[in-house]
Formats: sequence, C-alpha cells, structure tokens
Amino acid sequence: MRGIEIVKVGYDYAAAAGVVTALREVSFDVGASEFLCLVGRSGCGKTTLLNLVAGFLPPTRGEIRIGGETVKGQGLDRGVVFQDFAQLFPWRTAQRNVEFGLEMRGVGAAERAETARRFLRLVDLERFARAYPHELSGGMQQRVAIARALAYNPAVLLMDEPFAALDALTRDEMQRLLVDVWAQTRKTVLYVTHNVAEAVYLADRVIVLSPHPGTVIADVCITLPRPRDPLSVAFLDCQRAIVGHLGAAR
Amino acid sequence: MRLPRARAVVGAMIAFGVSALAWEVFARSGSLPPAITPPLEAIAAALGRMIADGTMFVHVGYTLARIGAGLALATLVGVPLGMLMGRFKPVERFVLPLVSVLSPIPSLAWVPLFILWFGLGNTASVALVLYAALFPLVLNTWTGVCGVNRLWIRAAESMGAGSGAIFRHVVLPGALPFVIAGLRQAFARGWIAVVGGEMIAATRWGLGWVIFDSKEFLNTDVMLGSLAVIGLLGLGVERLVFAALERRTVERWGLMRSARA
Repeated sequence: MRGIEIVKVGYDYAAAAGVVTALREVSFDVGASEFLCLVGRSGCGKTTLLNLVAGFLPPTRGEIRIGGETVKGQGLDRGVVFQDFAQLFPWRTAQRNVEFGLEMRGVGAAERAETARRFLRLVDLERFARAYPHELSGGMQQRVAIARALAYNPAVLLMDEPFAALDALTRDEMQRLLVDVWAQTRKTVLYVTHNVAEAVYLADRVIVLSPHPGTVIADVCITLPRPRDPLSVAFLDCQRAIVGHLGAAR
Repeated sequence: MRLPRARAVVGAMIAFGVSALAWEVFARSGSLPPAITPPLEAIAAALGRMIADGTMFVHVGYTLARIGAGLALATLVGVPLGMLMGRFKPVERFVLPLVSVLSPIPSLAWVPLFILWFGLGNTASVALVLYAALFPLVLNTWTGVCGVNRLWIRAAESMGAGSGAIFRHVVLPGALPFVIAGLRQAFARGWIAVVGGEMIAATRWGLGWVIFDSKEFLNTDVMLGSLAVIGLLGLGVERLVFAALERRTVERWGLMRSARA
C-alpha cells in the first residue's frame, strides 16, 4: 500500500468579501495502511483538504503526493466515499454500482461481476446484489458505496463523514464493519469526521485542524488495541485529550 | 393497493354511466334536432359499421403513423438538443430564447402556413406533430441534464470516468426521468396537433379528417364515434406505452417523484 504526503498545502478561494484562505501550511503524512482521522469543527477546511487529496480541487500552494507521485486530478489510486447516500447511481443495482470503477477500467463482464460480489460480501451485502439503491436502508447504501470505492483496488480510501447521516446504532455497526474491512484490505484511509468518539474508535492517528484558516494543531496517536471499547477509561482519556485540542482551537 | 384501484374503476364506470345517461336524455329530449344529437345507439352503430368495413382501422392507422413519425423526429431532434443545451452554455443561450418564444404558439396556428409549405397530406401533419412535440422534449431534457446530481458526476470521476463515459453512464440515465416526462407531454400535445392538423391538412384518411369530412353530410354519429376513439386511443397509449416505460425505468430506480415534479 502507498501512503499520502501532504506538504505545506494551502488553499484559497474567492468569496464576496475577497480571497479567503481555507487552508494554510497544512503538512502531515499518512503512512501506508494507516487509518488517519481528520477532526475539526465545521468550517475548518477538513472536507476541502479531502477534496484536494481526491483531486477534485488543485491546491493553491504546496503539494500532495500519493506513493511519491504528485496528485494531479482524480485517479484510480484513490477511492472516495461521500456523506450523502445519493452518491450511488439509482439506475444501477448494488452490484452494478460496485462494478462501475471496473467498467471504466475496461474489465470484462465476468470478472467484474465476480469482483463486485466479493466486495459486496466484504460489506455483508451479497444478498442485496440485485437491489436498487432506493430499496436499501441508509446504512446499506453507505456499505455499497464503500464496496464501490474499494472494488477497483485503490491504494487509498478517502471518506468524508460517511456515517454522519446515520442513526447512532447503525453508525456503531458501520464503524465496526469499517474496521473489519480495513483490517482485511489494509488500505491507507483518510477519514474526515467531526465526531471525536468516532475518530478515537477508528483511527491509528488523529489530526486536529483549527478553523479560519485550517491548520494542524495536534497530531495524536491512538495506540489502544482493537477492538476498542468506547466505554473504557483509556478510550475516554483519548477522547478527552482531543476534545481539549479542539477547545483550545476555538 | 388493490382495493383503491377497484374503487377507482367502479368510480370511473359510474362517471361514464352517468354521463352517457345524461347524453341520452339530452339527445332524445328534442331540444336540438335529432340529426345533430344522435343517441348512443346510433353512435355505436356508426362505429360498428366503420369497424366492420375496416375504414376505422385505416383512419386509426394513418393517425398513429403520423403521430409516431412526428414524435420520433421530435425525439431525434429534441433530446440531443436538450442535452447540448444542458452541457454547453452557449447552446443554451442560443436555443432557449427561440424555444421560449416558439413554445407558447399553438401548433394549430401554423396549419395554414404548413399547408402552403408542405401541401395537403402527410408531411404537413407530421410537421405539425414535430412542432408540437419538440418543445416539451427540449425543455424537459435540458432540465434533466441540468438537474443531474453533482455527486454522481464526482463519484464517477473519482472512479476514472472520462467526460464521454460520464455522459453515457451518468448524465444520460440521470436525465432519463425528465426525458420520459417530456415524451409524455410531447405525446399529449402531439395527439392534439395531429387530430387538429388532419382536419384541415389531411386528405381521405385520419381520425381528424373523418370528423371534419362528416360535417359535410351531417354524420354526427360518425363524428361522435370518432371522438370516442380519439379519447380512448390517447388514454390507451398513455397508459400502455408511457406507464410501462415508467415502470421499467423511473419507478424501478425509485426516481418517480423527480419524474412527476
């Protein structure tokens, strides 16, 4: 697997009041197969940073490298999962959604179907291969989106609050499933969230961003063994530490 | 699901029954000369004659062929045009003012000109359907393309889709609910246009022509019979063709609401 290097990245955008700096001098690395959570208040530029890594936007300053190669636009070395359930194509069944990336790569139909089935099995949805997105619950749709982003075998998985719109119970379930999937696939994961407990549950490392403009204010390693118990003292200590950083950044 | 449906059928039957009865009372009341208010029995008999001698099928065939040809041409022109408008702003800026001005003109207002240009016969009727059907198709397709969820495009891009693949695999199916809604409107407008056009521009065949021609001989039973056929055919196509199309696509994908909007 390949890691991500973010080197002195800045991003400005034009607004009514003039040029706004959304990100300033952001630098950190994500190790190969590392699970990194990017935490910050809304408006701190964490989604912007993810979009830069995804290649949807070009950085104003600095450079982003994946596996040593500079990011220029979108690429099949990255899979992206968004927050909105509507990211799936409604006119395609779950399986055909998962096949999309492979189709774009020109993979043959039989191999495509087999790979899609394998990844649907990974997210425990093989039985729903023929279902259309609107027939699936929100949590199931996000699982299809994860399978879809993994199916064409990117080195890096970028996730933008994928579970934020789910109810608490489903979210817990999805977090457990994601840790399993990550353990099996060993992808490098960059995961954006504003939920500190979620970050502590999932991540090897948590980067805290401060708002206006977004800069890195803390880089916290979470060394708790998995599976993690969100009610353990050690877990709550980690959470407290990160909340402290967030509070200091206000 | 079944019960409300059965109720709807019963309701429709009652409505038709009451209307038929009201007509019958009016027709036999003598308030207008019986020659121009034929009772149901005479209308049915006229229809029966036309079905028995096969002329009704020829009229229906001509009318359906004209609207079919007109709709097909309108689809071939309107859908690509709407797509181009949605994708390229200069095309939108060029086409939209034209469409906005031409669309409110009733297609029948063009009949005299179309006769001068294309002569009496099939061409004028087909051109009329094309005119009537074009704008709903252009406008709906354009709306559909503009309304394609940005997230679908982003997701497709992140999976390595180029602009051609995005168009084919995302924009086209994403806009389809609107295209189907456009087709539905196009058919409704085209159906009015073809019958109206045939009254003036057709020769010898067509449902519109037969109504207009019957006026010469005061064949009101033929007129009313043909009107019934026009109504039933319009409803039939709407229910069979478009409802089936929607079931297979929009409804199956759970996009029904956006299609109706």
